[in-house]
Amino acid sequence: MSATSETARLQLTGITKRFPGVLANDHVGFSVRPGEIHALLGENGAGKSTLVKMIYGIMQPDEGEIRWNGQRITVANPKAARKLGIGMVFQHFSLFEAMTVLENIALGMDAKIPQRELEGRITAVMSQYGLKLEPQRIVSTLSVGERQRIEIVRALLLNPSLLIMDEPTSVLTPQEVEQLFVVLRKLAAEGCSILYISHKLHEIKALCDTATILRGGKLVDTCDPKVETSRSMAEKMIGGSLKDIQRGASRGFGAEKLKVQSLSLAADGPFGTALKDISFTVRAGEIFGIAGVAGNGQNALLLALSGEEPNLDHASVTVDGVQVGQMHARARRGQGVASVPEERNGHAAVPIFSLADNAILTARDRLGMVRAGLIDPKAARTYAGEVIEAFAVKATGPGAMAESLSGGNLQKYIMGREILQKPSVLVVSQPTWGVDAGAAAAIHQALVDLAATGSAIVVISQDLDELLSLCDTLAVINGGRLSKPMKVSEAKIDEIGLLMGGIHGEEPAHAH
Amino acid sequence: MRIKLEKRREPSMAMLVITPVASVLLTMLIGIVVFDLIGIKGFKAVVDIFLSPLLASYKWQDVALKAAPLIIIALGLSMGNRAQVWNIGAEGQYVIGALCSAGVGIAFGAAGGFFVILLMVLAGMIGGGAWAAIPAVLRTRYNVNEILSSLMLTYVALQVLGYLVGGPWKDPNGRNFPATAPLIDAQTLPVWPGSTVHLGVLVALVLPFVFWVIMARSEFGYQVRVVGSSPTAARHGGFDSRRTIWATLIIGGAMAGLAGSLEFTGVLHKIDLGFPSGYGFTAIIVAFLGRLNPIGCLIAGIVLAVTYVGGQMAQTSVHIPNSTAGIFQAMMLFFILASDILVRYRVRIIPSAKAVA
Amino acid sequence: MSLDFIIAAIITVVGLTTPILLAGLGELVVEKSGVLNLGVEGMMLVGAISGFGVTVFTFNPWLGVLGAAAGGAAASMLFAVLVLQLNSNQVATGLALTIFGTGLSSLLGLSFTGRIIVPFLSVFPDWLAKDPVWRLFFGHSPIVYFAILMIPLTSWFLKSTRAGLILRAVGENDLSAHSIGYSVVGVRYAAIAFGGAMAGIGGCYFSMVITPMWAEKMTAGRGWIALALVVFAGWRTGRLLAGAYFFGILMALELYAKASGFSFLPSQFWAAMPYAMTVVALSFISSRGTAGANAPACLGKPFLPSS
Repeated sequence: MSATSETARLQLTGITKRFPGVLANDHVGFSVRPGEIHALLGENGAGKSTLVKMIYGIMQPDEGEIRWNGQRITVANPKAARKLGIGMVFQHFSLFEAMTVLENIALGMDAKIPQRELEGRITAVMSQYGLKLEPQRIVSTLSVGERQRIEIVRALLLNPSLLIMDEPTSVLTPQEVEQLFVVLRKLAAEGCSILYISHKLHEIKALCDTATILRGGKLVDTCDPKVETSRSMAEKMIGGSLKDIQRGASRGFGAEKLKVQSLSLAADGPFGTALKDISFTVRAGEIFGIAGVAGNGQNALLLALSGEEPNLDHASVTVDGVQVGQMHARARRGQGVASVPEERNGHAAVPIFSLADNAILTARDRLGMVRAGLIDPKAARTYAGEVIEAFAVKATGPGAMAESLSGGNLQKYIMGREILQKPSVLVVSQPTWGVDAGAAAAIHQALVDLAATGSAIVVISQDLDELLSLCDTLAVINGGRLSKPMKVSEAKIDEIGLLMGGIHGEEPAHAH
Repeated sequence: MRIKLEKRREPSMAMLVITPVASVLLTMLIGIVVFDLIGIKGFKAVVDIFLSPLLASYKWQDVALKAAPLIIIALGLSMGNRAQVWNIGAEGQYVIGALCSAGVGIAFGAAGGFFVILLMVLAGMIGGGAWAAIPAVLRTRYNVNEILSSLMLTYVALQVLGYLVGGPWKDPNGRNFPATAPLIDAQTLPVWPGSTVHLGVLVALVLPFVFWVIMARSEFGYQVRVVGSSPTAARHGGFDSRRTIWATLIIGGAMAGLAGSLEFTGVLHKIDLGFPSGYGFTAIIVAFLGRLNPIGCLIAGIVLAVTYVGGQMAQTSVHIPNSTAGIFQAMMLFFILASDILVRYRVRIIPSAKAVA
Repeated sequence: MSLDFIIAAIITVVGLTTPILLAGLGELVVEKSGVLNLGVEGMMLVGAISGFGVTVFTFNPWLGVLGAAAGGAAASMLFAVLVLQLNSNQVATGLALTIFGTGLSSLLGLSFTGRIIVPFLSVFPDWLAKDPVWRLFFGHSPIVYFAILMIPLTSWFLKSTRAGLILRAVGENDLSAHSIGYSVVGVRYAAIAFGGAMAGIGGCYFSMVITPMWAEKMTAGRGWIALALVVFAGWRTGRLLAGAYFFGILMALELYAKASGFSFLPSQFWAAMPYAMTVVALSFISSRGTAGANAPACLGKPFLPSS
């Protein structure tokens, strides 16, 4: 810890939080100085979110103490936290879609402020930090970046002396990230401390003064990110050495397996994005990546490819030379198309069903689990058991409820369920979202191995790093349009960033 | 003090079975206390309502006759509820089913026998199913909430009944009473010799097992459960939610229609303004008390039938009003809904130790 | 048609509209907080019997109305505890409340059968309501004025007060409201109690104004029409008023059709009319995609905070 004589703005000592069966935080302690940008680094499930929820008063620690400007305090609830001067910007925004920007900000204020005065204060904060927002707009019409600005303005209006940012850049384009950093540095220069939660190491190196690393609920190290290398911090975070993806030596592509031709699809509901004239092809053995900021049509694209949203134009999707555009999900699966949507619970799997019952969901036809209208539960159990073993899924067995598995284990199970069916084309969205590094590496390896057997794979992801390390070809989706595919080996980051931000003539990614 | 909920890793099978039994016992206990408080011999009343019908063998056939429609309707409703389809208009479908049977019976005039009766019963199922198809169309095409539409249609069905039995179908020899003419013997359901137990009771005993096979073993039953648990996952798995809504609503309506038809051809033999007796609503309680499980519906149907028969017995023995049985039934439903949480959560009570900011 | 007839007709419509308007307004607030309470019919019946009972004992209809509100609110608390504390299924629990309210009101009503109270009519001096046109303004039960007053009040509360903003926020996104620090459960308790009280007052209009006596199931499904009204109105108070009068006119039609010359159609046709038209109106409204846009996003869903 840095040896300063001034009182720490925030000091945690021995913070412990238990959940049934889990020790989320195990005697964690660190301190944040005034004006310091302090990174809280760790994998998913390392206990970062639990820790900041206790600082912000959403949860109470079981043990340990919190000191604020030297005073020992108890933060009873978020209101108390805000009164102290602690602001927070959530990873999943706490916004109200059907309400205006102004109403959203008013809800974040603890005292009733007359509308006129509030508008004045918002304008002042916005011009001070270069944040642009229209107060009367309905939130559902805003882009992700604009929504985050509401959260930031809401926090800044309270003149916080500590601002907690939970994974703020996961949904931003590289350019938006830069703009955010400018705001944060300005704030820090004015004396506001910032607790910055992330697992993106290059960001932490670029922004933060100090980094506290958590692993499995325990404090691993507090270090200076400017001195450490990305690799050394990553290894502390994971608690082992990083494994690289193993690829076969020769990477030739085979015949065209998936061909998408002028695929368009109307927006699904008021908050959806329409697909506009999407075309690309994927060959056997190729991994095709689709990058983009959340909400630019990724969900619609997955549904259009999996057949959950069939298309009027039969020729819009071709698999192994067969036109499947009008086919529904079940028929497409018969043609060898498998898919893994972004949302695990409630889309890829039924949370309250056992793993065996979840095997029936997508594998019943290809693996003959239904005879004469009756289900063969034994076949489902056997297959679920195979998936659990082949993908090292940590579960009590095929009878375990899907919702009882951790995110990473459920994702491995779902990936395994599709991959072991030997699909001709596999479409996956956010394959490693909210998954720990071990499971992510296993999933990446499984995708590469599947491609090596001659399947065509489409990976839709917001994590550009993931796509760059995994894919052979890459395209960017923005506002429902897909950019020209480019070879990953020749792609330039800033060019991809501009495409993600919608800089090719079209409007940015607003709903409707 | 506050209540804290901890999610169980897997739903507790023990709680799934214990909670309905406990709900019935708790209802009895509260009944004793409340009756004593309002000056009625509580113990006697509760024994009369819940136990006497079981102890007196001559009441068994009454229980069987009341249980049959409850079980049959509840089977259809519980299948719908599994798919998150809320058909609360079973009473109307029951009425329309009986009316369709009556229509077929009238059309055949003096003809009777096995095929006529079969046609009458089938017409009842089709009529009930068709009445339930209206909310199905409205839900799948126009996005109309089936709770409201199915219930509204019940009020319409009651007026249809009132019109038919008071007008075109009125018994000419009935002293101007709004009721249909009694069925001729050749159009009534066969009855177990020496009793009033009709063939429909056998149907009500067999159907739960048929429904159990459908729900637990068939692909259609799987589809119903997936659509009810998460429609998005159902679509991912290639199941059509709209078709499932259709199917469950129509099956629910057909079951209610069947029950109405059996009640008409097996018990009452005529339809008057008192024909709708609330089975369609009580069956909702049966479905929940039976935990939406077909075999559970069988048992719960018998329990509710006992309270019906017992309620009538208690009316004469301890002079409690008829509506008391209704309160008991609602209380059971409250308890079963309140205890639902025990299946998926452990409840811990934490003494209050609120920290002050 | 004489002026007298038109005025009488308007007064009938206003009377028939009042109960569903009150119950509908209450339910609208409940649904805006994200809770679907299908127990309106049951709460109305409990309100009808408690209002009647209190009036019989105290000879004071004002206390009767208070009693009806208290009865409705108390019944709604049964629902609230189950739904908010024990996370029970809202649809099933609302149905249970309706079944319970029906049974309880019949049981309580036994000792009141056959009794009659003075109807709770206009409290203005007679000379004010003598002229037929004046009667239009001064000839109603105080409950009618209360219902009409509650429309702008509710609208103002939801749109312009901070409490209303918080209530809408809770119904829109309960998890966000919770993470900002609002008490989701507390707000919903208040909303449900308000809904219960309004349904109770709506119910007592039947037993204290329309018939001045108690009869089993006397609300005859109006609670369900009130629920439909909220959907029909697209969760907006202004349209709720319009919708309530639309249904009020339909119900008045039934009375007038029976009384006068529409004998070419059976009386059952007119009796079925309000219910059938409710279904038609719901189809019409729901089929237009925009109707659901104003529906609270958390409507009917259980609130499950992670901590």
